Amino acid sequence: MIPTAFRYRRAGSVAEALALLREGGPGAKLLAGGHSLIPMMKQRLAEPELLIDIGGLLELCGVHAVGDAIEVGATTTHADLAASALLRERAPILAEAAAEIGDAQVRNRGTIGGSLAHADPGADLPAVLIALDAAISITGADGSRTVPAADFFRDILTVDLEDGEILTDVSFRPVRSAAYAKLPQRASRFALAGVAVALEMEDGVCRAARVAVTGAASHAQRLPAVESALVGARLPEGAAAACEGAGDALDFVNADLHGSEEYRRAMVAVMARRAVESAAARG
Amino acid sequence: MSETVPITVRVNGRERTAAVAPRLLLVHFLRESLNLTGTHVGCDTSQCGACTVLLDGRSVKSCTVFAVQADGEEVQTIEGLAAGDDLHPLQDGFWEEHGLQCGYCTPGMIMSALNLLRENPSPDDARIREGISGNICRCTGYQHIVNAIRNAAERMAPA
Ligand SMILES: Cc1cc2nc3c(=O)[nH]c(=O)nc-3n(C[C@H](O)[C@H](O)[C@H](O)COP(=O)(O)OP(=O)(O)OC[C@H]3O[C@@H](n4cnc5c(N)ncnc54)[C@H](O)[C@@H]3O)c2cc1C
Ligand code: FES
Ligand code: FES
Repeated sequence: MIPTAFRYRRAGSVAEALALLREGGPGAKLLAGGHSLIPMMKQRLAEPELLIDIGGLLELCGVHAVGDAIEVGATTTHADLAASALLRERAPILAEAAAEIGDAQVRNRGTIGGSLAHADPGADLPAVLIALDAAISITGADGSRTVPAADFFRDILTVDLEDGEILTDVSFRPVRSAAYAKLPQRASRFALAGVAVALEMEDGVCRAARVAVTGAASHAQRLPAVESALVGARLPEGAAAACEGAGDALDFVNADLHGSEEYRRAMVAVMARRAVESAAARG
Repeated sequence: MSETVPITVRVNGRERTAAVAPRLLLVHFLRESLNLTGTHVGCDTSQCGACTVLLDGRSVKSCTVFAVQADGEEVQTIEGLAAGDDLHPLQDGFWEEHGLQCGYCTPGMIMSALNLLRENPSPDDARIREGISGNICRCTGYQHIVNAIRNAAERMAPA
């Protein structure tokens, strides 16, 4: 399968990538790891005229502690997230979720920025970043802005990102008591239902909770009913009760040959319970 | 739109220069421009791993990478493993443990195993299976492949 012909430029900096995006207009697209874009181009579902390669931009790469936050650059690969000692220690949920993406080859190429910008309904990282209450930084011709992860994902493959903008990094306060559980599609490992949970625990009781779902719906989103049910609950004992019916609150649920609507709603509750139990076990 | 881009890629230790169309996939550059046909195309849809090579030391599916993305980088293919007549320990392992039947998946399996053993020189069987989960074999049922990789890991372990 051969994509439509296109022009290729490798950007040497974010500034250069922005200038190339402006020059290229609506026919221009960023290329990061290429593991969503290239398959789409091979099927001619995407036919960009100009690809601007930001995959090698060191400026956007890496996991760093900045004050009491952790900042992750957009071109950091899933493999680098999975191997990050800083994440393993302070926000293991992100390293663990990245380690469960696809397979080794996909993790060696795919990037966090590409995953968030592409917003596949089954992508893992969107839910994790919503649970971590991450801020997503975006830069464009008119300057930079940040968006809370919970507001970034809008619909299937649709995010708060304009033509000509670049997602540069994500930043969050690390939480140890957080975990992600997913039911993977057996071949691709995309989530059929995935739930990310971040808890604030005190003496075995949940004081605050952020819960987000992916895979089951058109886009990653919070599960407010589960969040309120968790607050005040003794965990892990109360996990099952708090997560019961977790999938029922979703307006729209994907249904396909991998899982009916009913099945996915049920699996959201199961994944929510598992994620809460694992997060609570971290204290 | 027929522009070509000059690229220089070190393939199996040898510098290769070419002018390529941006849409040329790395796997086609290797097979058709360089005649390195050990890297196979199975699915052409990023699923099967038959096209796996190492790019900058890490395993990638070369049907999902453009050759231009490899400009300035190092690529290792199955042809680069043996030193003359001396097989690589992974090749010996596949030989000893009957790690293949038709052999179509084998180059990709071996390159994935190389990536795995770089990260984890003594993986248990579960880790080996995870490490080759991006590679599909239609023949063996995988057990002999797992044995072959374990065998190679033992050979490669410092005495
Ligand atoms: C076989 C296979 C299995 C997979 N399994 C999983 C899985 O289990 N879980 C999962 O979550 N994902 C999975 N993926 C998807 C994988 O994680 C992709 O790498 C990821 O979705 C896209 O990241 P990328 O860097 O490859 O982006 P690209 O493909 O390069 O880009 C994707 C889109 O995002 C845009 N973009 C990229 N970077 C930026 C940026 N910094 N700013 C603005 N826009 C940008 C591009 O223009 C493009 O439109 C799988 C992919 C494959 C091929
Ligand atoms: S041919 Fe590349 S993954 Fe199948
Ligand atoms: S040996 Fe035939 S596909 Fe693996």
